[in-house]
Amino acid sequence: MPQSSLYQEEHYPSPLQYTWMEFKKNHIAVAGLFCFAFFLIITIFCPLLAPFDPNMQQIGDLLIPPSWYPNGGISHLFGTDALGRDLLSRIIYGCRTTFGISLLLVVVAMFLGVGLGALAGMSKGFRSSFINHTLDSIQAIPTLLIAIIIIAILGTGLVNSMWAIALALIPQFVHQTRDFIRHELSKEYIMAAKLDGASKTHIFMHSILPNMGEMLVVQGTLALSVSILDISALGFLKLGAQAPSSELGAMLLEGIEVAYIAPWTIAVPGGALFIMIISINLVGDGLRSALRNRLLH
Amino acid sequence: MDLINVRDLTFQNRIKKMWSKSEVTFDLGPVSFNLKEGETLAIVGNNSSGKSLLAKLLVGIETPKSGKIFMNGMDINKSDISVRCHDIRMIFQNSNESLNPGLTLGSILEEPLRLNTKLNAQERTSLIERTLRQVGLMSEHRFFYRHMLSDGQRQRIALARALILNPKVIVADEPFAALDPSVRSQAVNLLMKLQLDLGLGFIFISHNLGIVRHISDKVIIMKEGKVVESGKTDVIFNWPKDEYTKKLVDSHQALVNRHHL
Repeated sequence: MPQSSLYQEEHYPSPLQYTWMEFKKNHIAVAGLFCFAFFLIITIFCPLLAPFDPNMQQIGDLLIPPSWYPNGGISHLFGTDALGRDLLSRIIYGCRTTFGISLLLVVVAMFLGVGLGALAGMSKGFRSSFINHTLDSIQAIPTLLIAIIIIAILGTGLVNSMWAIALALIPQFVHQTRDFIRHELSKEYIMAAKLDGASKTHIFMHSILPNMGEMLVVQGTLALSVSILDISALGFLKLGAQAPSSELGAMLLEGIEVAYIAPWTIAVPGGALFIMIISINLVGDGLRSALRNRLLH
Repeated sequence: MDLINVRDLTFQNRIKKMWSKSEVTFDLGPVSFNLKEGETLAIVGNNSSGKSLLAKLLVGIETPKSGKIFMNGMDINKSDISVRCHDIRMIFQNSNESLNPGLTLGSILEEPLRLNTKLNAQERTSLIERTLRQVGLMSEHRFFYRHMLSDGQRQRIALARALILNPKVIVADEPFAALDPSVRSQAVNLLMKLQLDLGLGFIFISHNLGIVRHISDKVIIMKEGKVVESGKTDVIFNWPKDEYTKKLVDSHQALVNRHHL
């Protein structure tokens, strides 16, 4: 049979390209994406980018103001703190700790949560409701509170707070996934897939998962901003990352002691957190509407 | 030789209760009929008369309480599910709902092939393109998504999905209900042509007695889960025996006469 292609030069974009075409239309989201990429680059390449060792104390350079102050210098762009450590290097390393670890935690929580949620959603009866209701009761407590309880058991420290936040993030992924699957299973195209002889795993992987992107993006960005705030809150409360390590929350705590004479020591890490969270929410929002619009027009 | 032979099919819908005995809410059947190759059977009845349930029993979404379905003399309740989804295919009432919004039409059509045949990727693609052309679409449509098509095109995709495995029987639940008249007649003509070409058995549920009279060889009239009357289409339309059938035919006739005035 001859191949009849009416439009030889026509190009059919892949789902990812469709999403990008829709995403590009939202300029604010694209700006957020640049911010997000900036933080990602800092996280990956921070040893190359930081001008000083973040923990190196320069005795002669205590509390030097940032370069935009009249008496600031160019050698310390964001100034130094009360111990003479370069703030720019500390911020760069702090982004790695706060942002990088949060990203890691969200990815792990997403995998575990979606897996458990799929198990709960695709099964029926006791097993399904057991998983769901147990995690529901955990979800009723705020994540930070659960994290504090877990830290009370495990002891303080960055690694323990990572465990705590990951465990606190999982229930919402489980719950959302299960609800989504329950909703999808009642639709006719799932029935059609069953009539094709598809097994449960096949239905989940090939019929439900392609539609789950929007839900995952919404939950993922929510979880990412929650986990950034939690990590820095735990650091600030001296429950997470401990004093010499450069974590944004812990840096805020150190800065508070000298806030009146050196306001930049809290303004810079605070600003970094602020931009981080805003960019995550912008990207999440833009991505969600892009994924939705991809299937509308 | 009958293509499909249904004997005394019954079904009971029960509501399970925690403490007391379960309660029967709906009783279907017994239903019996047979269909030869290239024949069309229409199932007619008012709402909640068990038409859609009968279709679901035939394709195997629900399991019957008793009764047997034979395909070419083989009992398909006993044989495994793969034979069934290969030989009996269903077209759903709402073609929009029955297509996955997140997949391209190509991968929607590829799914039954991947699950039920041993074709490789290249053979699957060429079969998909051929089937798309068979139902009057272009092979480029396999890159499209559900939301890019019109209602009539979606109906064609639903038909392509049913046809692609080369089935013996197609069961359709009100396939023409959601279409506007011109598209509907296109769809009817396409189905009749394909039935003629491929020798399919076609079982369909409809409210539209005009279409039933036009394309079906046999009719089953159902009311509250029971078969009221069944037989050849022209016999039932010209000499209805049951009171309910008479009413249905009269109301249809009244509509037709008003059209011709």
